[in-house]
Amino acid sequence: MKARVHVMLKNGVLDPQGEAVRHALGALGFAGVEGVRQGKVIELDLADGTTEATVKEMCEKLLANTVIESYTVELS
Amino acid sequence: MKAAVLQFPGSNCDRDMAVALEKSGFDVTVVWHKDASLPKVDLVAVPGGFSFGDYLRCGAIAAQSPVCQGLVDHVHAGGYALGVCNGFQVLTETRLLPGALMRNAGLKFVCRTVGLTVETTDSAFTSGYTKGQIVNIPVAHHDGNYYCDDETLAALRDQDRIAFTYTENVNGARENIAGVLSENRRVLGMMPHPERAIDANHGGTDGQALFRSMLDQLVSA
Repeated sequence: MKARVHVMLKNGVLDPQGEAVRHALGALGFAGVEGVRQGKVIELDLADGTTEATVKEMCEKLLANTVIESYTVELS
Repeated sequence: MKAAVLQFPGSNCDRDMAVALEKSGFDVTVVWHKDASLPKVDLVAVPGGFSFGDYLRCGAIAAQSPVCQGLVDHVHAGGYALGVCNGFQVLTETRLLPGALMRNAGLKFVCRTVGLTVETTDSAFTSGYTKGQIVNIPVAHHDGNYYCDDETLAALRDQDRIAFTYTENVNGARENIAGVLSENRRVLGMMPHPERAIDANHGGTDGQALFRSMLDQLVSA
């Protein structure tokens, strides 16, 4: 089984990299890009039976820094 | 007085830190990250560098290494710890210090000597300075943009735990915070490198007072 973890900066935390991407899109002539937030996707190959709770524990302990980041878990 | 300097793959200020501590009179042991137990020491120093290539987040992997469990135990037992640059990032990742260090707001690596204001002298690390004194210490980082939420910021202010602030906006850090203390004031994390400011031939000696005052306080403690 696989898990896909999305890690994003929390709302309200300024994302300087996202801002730089927004400016670059503007410079390329794409009008109307009002905001860009950049995060990361982490794909995990897991032994069958691994629970969502375990993946969340991985997020809390290592994959995300919950001081500044939020995460979502998708199992498939 | 005994000090341990932690060493991770990718640490690059470990030797500078050891030299700074030795010159100030500490008996220094360098400890490899795989060692689960620390020798009995008065101070643990977490040096600068790029531990584990800054993979995932700066300091995140190092914070999970066996030696960091020893560091956490040392601090919980009331021991002193100093984290500089990547060491500060490791201390926030272990949650021994509040907040997090984010990518510099200007997105550039900043490598130059900056002015710092000493915000409190109420700690073993800062008692050798005077409150409001401006010292010149080098910074060299890409992720030094200190962030914490409003509640944490208020607590840091109320408890006089902001050790140093930049005299200018260096990296976008909240309130220009350059270094913070733990609640028991025995853990200091800071982005600037005091260990690079201990020799006039290397550009300045404003970092000396930090190491000397630590030694003085530890001897008298």
